[in-house]
Amino acid sequence: MLSHPLALRALSFALVLGAWEYAGQSGVSAGFPAFSETLAAAWAMIADGSLPRAILVTLVPLSVGIAVSAVAGVSAGVAMGLSRRWEWLGLPLFVVMQAAPLAALIPLLVLAYGVGLASKVLTVCIMALPVIVLNSFKAIRHAPASLVEMGRSFQGTRPQVVVKIVLPAASPVIFAGLRLGLAAGFIGAVLAELLISPTGVGDLITYHQSVADYPRMFAAIAAVILLSVLFIEALDRAEVLFFRPERRRRA
Amino acid sequence: MSPDATAGPRRPEADAGAMVSVRAVSKVYPGGVEALSDITLDFPKGKLTTILGPSGCGKTTLLKIVAGLLPPTAGEVTVAGRRVAGPGPERAFVFQDFALMPWATVLRNVAFGIELRGVPRAEREAVAMRHIAEVGLQGFERHYPHELSGGMRQRVGLARALAVDAEVLLMDEPFSAVDEQTRRKFQEDLLALAAGKGKTLLFVTHSIEEAVYLSDRIVLLSRRPSRVSSIVEPAIPRDAPPEAIRRHPAYLDTVEAIWRGLKQYLD
Amino acid sequence: MTAFGYRVPQWVSLLVWAAAWEAAGWTDLTLLLPPLSGVIAKLFEIVPTEHFADALLLTARAFAAGTLVAVAVGVPVGMCMGRYETADRLLLPWVNMFVSAPLTALVPVIMALFGFGETTIVLTVVLFAVWIVVLDARAGARSLPASLEEMARSYGASVWQAFAKVYVWAALPEILAGVRLGLLRGVKGVIVGQLLVSVVGFGHLFEIYQSNFLMEHMWALLLVLFALAFAIDGALAALEKRVEYYAAAR
Repeated sequence: MLSHPLALRALSFALVLGAWEYAGQSGVSAGFPAFSETLAAAWAMIADGSLPRAILVTLVPLSVGIAVSAVAGVSAGVAMGLSRRWEWLGLPLFVVMQAAPLAALIPLLVLAYGVGLASKVLTVCIMALPVIVLNSFKAIRHAPASLVEMGRSFQGTRPQVVVKIVLPAASPVIFAGLRLGLAAGFIGAVLAELLISPTGVGDLITYHQSVADYPRMFAAIAAVILLSVLFIEALDRAEVLFFRPERRRRA
Repeated sequence: MSPDATAGPRRPEADAGAMVSVRAVSKVYPGGVEALSDITLDFPKGKLTTILGPSGCGKTTLLKIVAGLLPPTAGEVTVAGRRVAGPGPERAFVFQDFALMPWATVLRNVAFGIELRGVPRAEREAVAMRHIAEVGLQGFERHYPHELSGGMRQRVGLARALAVDAEVLLMDEPFSAVDEQTRRKFQEDLLALAAGKGKTLLFVTHSIEEAVYLSDRIVLLSRRPSRVSSIVEPAIPRDAPPEAIRRHPAYLDTVEAIWRGLKQYLD
Repeated sequence: MTAFGYRVPQWVSLLVWAAAWEAAGWTDLTLLLPPLSGVIAKLFEIVPTEHFADALLLTARAFAAGTLVAVAVGVPVGMCMGRYETADRLLLPWVNMFVSAPLTALVPVIMALFGFGETTIVLTVVLFAVWIVVLDARAGARSLPASLEEMARSYGASVWQAFAKVYVWAALPEILAGVRLGLLRGVKGVIVGQLLVSVVGFGHLFEIYQSNFLMEHMWALLLVLFALAFAIDGALAALEKRVEYYAAAR
């Protein structure tokens, strides 16, 4: 019975939550509430509307930043993949950005653009952009040579081959990049709210931390993590729905 | 060079002039690898010619040069009198690894060659349906490649090449990725299919039996840098049933002769 | 890329960007970009200072400690998950969740538990790095060809011997790939940790520069950090190459 997949999953959840509860109750630290306390706090924050409101506020820089990064990032990556010239110009830049701890740029953004929405959107962008660009670039470069040759053998023009063969073949990796970009964007949004100026969920976290209301602080953190998981899952479903018809039906 | 023995009708007699002419073609890859050296050949119209040779000898290279997918380093290729400068509507290629678009249905894959020409949807789907039925895949139009077996996928590739109605069909080891039983069936089907259409077929394979079974003419290439080693025209009656052909003395003799000729190229 | 018939190497494009930056600085294009020359000058100013050396030492210590823990914990756990179905089913959902979750949100938790000091920073590094190390070690363990396993068993290797002498080495390409990504995440972790716990290390320096509107100083510090991160990544990439040769033949 223990080897049944669902049973193991349930056991896994139970173990972790149980450990959490135990650690909280046994007073490992004043700052570590039990799972039950966190759950109660979360419920209270949903009921009084503070959590939903905060999420909506956080979603603004997140969505704007992701939308901008997705459009700019995929375009840049595809352009670099299709043209050696653009690759030469862009690749070293984005490779450096990918390896660098971009979070360190945030104080600079604040200094230059203040503590408003613009800095937060830019934070999301700098976190999400490199991985989206590099994945899109890689996706185009790794377009299956055999299919491209097939397109040429039927006298496809370059635009035809790019649109009908290269882009569809590249879309899975591009989407993988968008998923990673979305995750990075979430990090950026939270970081922006913790470092720049407290709004939305970041505000909930810092406020409850400052008044030592740890159950509520934990609840806010758990909420944002859950949210990111849901968003990424939704993106995955959207990809299958719109772009990969062959994955919808299992033979 | 064995003379063309006639022991029965083989193929609707067509103009015996050359459809594809290869003149002094050489191919050197960047890095210095010399694949082909001074190849001069004719591929007669309406016949099935096989290019046979040891592994790595440049058979596929030659086929791709004829297809216009690779430029020769020297020499030229003419098809129906016109010089080859790239892929053209009179030639269609069948790929060894099928080259099907995994995100498209069988119907779209088969219609792809015509789609690239801008033919409207209804028309090209009608043409595609015809050819799908022709290769025996009716009922599978809405399936995706991953739902098909290897043999079925290659039939899609073949239907796609037939759908563009090219005069020359170029086939790059089309049956090497399927199992032995399917392969034999394919060989028989291919003969039946090609018989009525008067197409010129250029076939690349490393299987001697396949070559002797299918071909009107076999071109043997030597080891790299490949030259034309010899040209064999199997004197096999085509009106007998497949099993009988494979046991016919002429068939067995030809296979043996070619094998002896090629053995010298093995280490 | 070729220009005027000469092959221009990739890194030259960075020079092009540097030139563009300098130009942007001179034309006062945006407050964000002071002239690059000014930044470089400041760079030589701040690097030899004691503040900088202290911050660098702290960062290096925390980074080393954190990644060591992440690798020491992550690789064995990942390999166990790769080889034992039960462990995999128990742990995988969590690992998958945390590898793409905004871990930054968890740093306040660490701060609440461990205060505003170096321990928090080390733990942040572990938090950021460990998940991808686990995932890639798992992938390495799963890609072990059954024949290698059978070979080890047939020659009488104990579980411990098999792991240490065969499996870890066989999975090394994937493990190294995971460690490399883990190290990169660890660099981000050590920076994020210092930014949030703004009273130590580089976070402290950034605070000082920010409140004094010292844009050029901030860029100089950034460039140093970026160069360090890049160097670490480069070193690991070289190491990965050394192991690559047998990856395909397994």
